Amino acid sequence: MNFAVLQFPASNCDQDAVHVLQNVLGHSARLLWHKETALGDVDAVLVPGGFSYGDYLRTGAIARFSPVMQAVKQFADNGGHVLGICNGFQILCEAHLLPGALVRNRSLQFRCETIHLKAATTDSPFTNQIPADKVLRVPIAHGEGCYFADEETLAKLQVNRQVLWQYCDATGALTDVANPNGSLLNIAGVCNERRNVAGLMPHPERASEPLLGSADGRLIFESLIHALQQRAGAKAA
Amino acid sequence: MKAKIIITPKKAVLDPQGKTVQNALEHMGYKGVGAVHVGKYIEVELAGSDKESAHKQIDEACHKILSNPVIEDYKFEIVD
Repeated sequence: MNFAVLQFPASNCDQDAVHVLQNVLGHSARLLWHKETALGDVDAVLVPGGFSYGDYLRTGAIARFSPVMQAVKQFADNGGHVLGICNGFQILCEAHLLPGALVRNRSLQFRCETIHLKAATTDSPFTNQIPADKVLRVPIAHGEGCYFADEETLAKLQVNRQVLWQYCDATGALTDVANPNGSLLNIAGVCNERRNVAGLMPHPERASEPLLGSADGRLIFESLIHALQQRAGAKAA
Repeated sequence: MKAKIIITPKKAVLDPQGKTVQNALEHMGYKGVGAVHVGKYIEVELAGSDKESAHKQIDEACHKILSNPVIEDYKFEIVD
């Protein structure tokens, strides 16, 4: 599969994402500078973590208007798969490709630690390879990761099963203590209604090799790759 | 002309910054302190003198980029 990994001024997880997609998972991944206006021939887009445009104004607020994001919006509108990680999640929310917003952590602290999360549903292109009830260990590193949406949106997310990942404790229980940032419903990540765009605050690209302490993050990339391969197979048939 | 814009977190959004400032004010002995909300103040300098079109432009900019309507409210005035 061909991935495009976006690169904004102050993206800092772009190389990690390329490394995992290319060297760990054996797919093709190339960096795409924020001034590019076309994505080229890609199967999926990854919006990586970092502090795009210095997080000025609000996290993701400026990146949303960069030329490459107009191409990403069009790609997503045509059904293309887009995954945003950390700052990438914030950018996708600002771009209205995902519902809700990420606000300052309830603790006011920048949290940099390994947390537990689990898939709230395995019925999505981003979670289909995650065993139900499996607790994943993946790092977080953010100051603005508290997921917020109004009550109406939250209700809709639940009805449509758009909540994809939730923070939990080591046993899989969705407790307040296990919630690192105050996110409503312990939400770590969501997808859009069409299920082709998703974002999450934890960093699966930092937990895709046993050497790094956890390879659980691989399951998220493998889910996406599985979905893309199925789609390619369906097209060819 | 100049646009003076004030952006505040929506009431429904958790505002830990405001809460922390409120606690500090109480600790310092200020009496009768209620909820505190910490927002942003933005000034935009504008060419021309057509206040009506400036109003329209700034309103659009507030909605599109200067604030995030999911979590923030804004108000502004255009002054000479």
